[in-house]
Amino acid sequence: MESIDSKGIVNLSRRQFMQGGAALTLGILLGRALPAQAAAAAAPAAEPAAYVRIGADNSVTIIAQHLEMGQGTYTGLATLLADEMDAAWSQVRMEGAPADAARYGNRKMGGMQGTGGSTAMANSWETMRRAGAAARAMLVAAAAKQWDVPRGTITVREGVVLHDPSGRRANFGELAAAAARESVPERLFLKNPHEFTLIGKPLARIDNRDKVTGAARYTQDVKLPGMLVALVQHAPRFGAKVASFDDKAARRVKGVVEVVQIPSGVAVLAGDFWSARRGRDALRVKWDESAAFALSSRDIYARYRELAKQPGTVARQDGDADAALAGAAKKLQVGYEFPFLAHAAMEPLNCVIRLDSGGCEAWNGEQLQSVDQAALAELFGLPPERVKINMLYAGGSFGRRANPASDYVLECGHIVKALAGGALGGRPVKLVWTREDDMRAGYYRPAYVHALEAGLDAQGKIVAWKHRIVGQGILASSPFKARVQDGIDPTVVKGAYNLPYGFGTQRVDVHMPELPVPVLWWRSVASSHNAYAVETFLDQIAAAAGRDPADLRLELLAGRERHLAVLRLVLEKADWTKPLAQGAPGDKRGRGLALHESFDSVVAQVAEVSIKADGSFTVDRVVCAVDCGLAINPDVVRAQMEGGIGYGLSAALSGAITFNKGRVDQSNFDNYTVLRMPQMPKVDVHIVPSAAAPTGVGEPGLPPIAPAVANALAQAGAKRITSLPIKLA
Amino acid sequence: MKLNVNGQALAANVPGDMPLLWVLRDHLNLTGTKYGCGIGQCGACTVHLDGAPVRACLTPAAEAVGKKVLTIEGAADTPRGRAVQAAWEKLNVVQCGYCQSGQIMSAIALIESNPVPTELDIDAAMAGNICRCATYQRIRAAILEAAAAPRG
Ligand code: FES
Ligand code: FES
Repeated sequence: MESIDSKGIVNLSRRQFMQGGAALTLGILLGRALPAQAAAAAAPAAEPAAYVRIGADNSVTIIAQHLEMGQGTYTGLATLLADEMDAAWSQVRMEGAPADAARYGNRKMGGMQGTGGSTAMANSWETMRRAGAAARAMLVAAAAKQWDVPRGTITVREGVVLHDPSGRRANFGELAAAAARESVPERLFLKNPHEFTLIGKPLARIDNRDKVTGAARYTQDVKLPGMLVALVQHAPRFGAKVASFDDKAARRVKGVVEVVQIPSGVAVLAGDFWSARRGRDALRVKWDESAAFALSSRDIYARYRELAKQPGTVARQDGDADAALAGAAKKLQVGYEFPFLAHAAMEPLNCVIRLDSGGCEAWNGEQLQSVDQAALAELFGLPPERVKINMLYAGGSFGRRANPASDYVLECGHIVKALAGGALGGRPVKLVWTREDDMRAGYYRPAYVHALEAGLDAQGKIVAWKHRIVGQGILASSPFKARVQDGIDPTVVKGAYNLPYGFGTQRVDVHMPELPVPVLWWRSVASSHNAYAVETFLDQIAAAAGRDPADLRLELLAGRERHLAVLRLVLEKADWTKPLAQGAPGDKRGRGLALHESFDSVVAQVAEVSIKADGSFTVDRVVCAVDCGLAINPDVVRAQMEGGIGYGLSAALSGAITFNKGRVDQSNFDNYTVLRMPQMPKVDVHIVPSAAAPTGVGEPGLPPIAPAVANALAQAGAKRITSLPIKLA
Repeated sequence: MKLNVNGQALAANVPGDMPLLWVLRDHLNLTGTKYGCGIGQCGACTVHLDGAPVRACLTPAAEAVGKKVLTIEGAADTPRGRAVQAAWEKLNVVQCGYCQSGQIMSAIALIESNPVPTELDIDAAMAGNICRCATYQRIRAAILEAAAAPRG
């Protein structure tokens, strides 16, 4: 046991009693420094946030401050709290926290409330455990009084409080009311890792039942009395404006009740999706495209390639890379092109909003509470605390639902605002984007062009490394642009300017041209392209120097014990030193390696591929090693590695959003093809044992897969792939 | 229009060309069946019509009249359905979960028609169901597990 003070934990039960609520409720007053903006928005005296509620019905309800969008957050949060509390896994329930940054701000996101950057477990590691420890102590204190025995003789096991000498026992529900009258103890005892009963175990996901029975509630499933469904006709090109529209035919469609113009287009409202859809089909909108985006992908790449020839803003400089390159015995260079990518989460975007005299209430797979709450408050002229946001399950996001510009949330708000005051005012509106809207109305992983150069000395050692990146900055093109310092946007250079490799000299520079294409973080952000450039170039260098790609990396990582351990583990599990098994007759097989650190975790992967006689190829197997600190739930970690690999492979094999004179060429899964089951390789995940605080798992599995596959293809005899998606012929 | 869904007779006042997906979701409050693409590409809307898997987004409701519709909400009514759901839980298949109703309905249909599927059979039968969270490896394993489960 580790003893810590309980400062900040508050017994909220009395307030709950007044609302006729649960028996024991504990909150945490987060005594952390909030950034000026969030502090100003906070209620005068910050109220403690409720983190756990024990009901008389013996349920333990955990209030989740982070969105469950597939990455297993709910399971992780529940594990942390339930372990310290010694609750039974089966009695734990989850509830989404309301939008309230003063109480539920994410310390890893500067105090803003939100889920992203693979921070959920790192942010919750302490708070959830402290809340659990406090609840346990109060239950024990209540039992000790009732039974008139010393606290030290009481134990707690799987939701039951026991006094072994007398055989007395009570469950949490039976003790909750008495525990609620206890005060929070001054000192709390957190378990040492060897005392964990749930943390580190492959517990069943807490959302399993909901999600295999169809009961899980997503925004798409919200139905409220009087609710209308809205579809929006969006601009055909970014920057186009509505010139005029003819809604006569649309209004004649049975079920359509209203058509309204909003800043992003024209919305058709009906009682159900299908009627709104038919209404939108019948709508005629004339667009003013005079100021609209009109470039084609070809033009963008050409412009970026020109920029890549000129020095950019320096993001990292170690020594004089130019001089070292000039004096190098051998020089190599390469250029890469990465396309725009759609997030294409399985649940197309949607949002439900009701605005009435009581204020605004929203239902959303909410990933950025602070931003969306402020945006809606401003739109409706309400104080933020009168904008209530219900966080529902999200059917994926991969970054898309965390938009600093609140695009689809505000779009729904604008529709609601347009109805306010009219006959339909006060009716809740569910905005639904069709798959086509989701793919065409924007927010993409930016396209990038990279240029790299390396110099080797006579022994084949890297003495100079130059990396230039050209493409839109994500923060730089968002309302958060003030966070870009010295012209360096981390959303462009992370994973390139913080490499663990010991190059003799290095220089990383960047151009961030502006473009009217709306862009956003996409699972693993900058690492989604930087890892590819770095890791495939390293293989090219290894080949030129006649070195084994693994040996080269082992040498470049000298002294980086954490990285080395991950690399050695993956090499061992992939049987790197043994020859790769032969494939079917005529197949050429290859094996490729990549390693990358992102979100404070280190992941290495070995991919095995087969190139068929007809030039097609398959990715047969991926061996993955990860160090993510202590694995709160190893099975969830494995699942996230599998998912990151599948999502990254999908993009590598066929992901590309392209433009033709400003119009998006893709529209749905028939022309933006994604990974399907036959293409999914066998994935073996190995976790480095660790007692360090947990680091990210939702994103770090992605960056190594595309370079590992490309390196494997090169090893099998294919040419080096310098433009994604991969095309062999 | 009268429909038989999960063994229940239900009525909906909708045009016959409205896709079954939207009748289920917006008019019968059966929201387990999901919208993912609307063009038969993703499989999120998979339901059974007289035991055969169909894409509800492309099936006009009128076509379901006189047939038995089975959705995820009724999946647990059959031993096979329960075995599939149990295997899904045992192997922690789900991530975001949004595709999983469709995956499970496709998996049940596969095992009904091919009680001992090979991995290749599974890949072929499930290729029409997209999972953006890429839970494919676990779906494969869960189908093998469910197929091997004792009947009853
Ligand atoms: S919604 Fe029917 S197949 Fe995608
Ligand atoms: S579990 Fe998220 S799309 Fe399949």
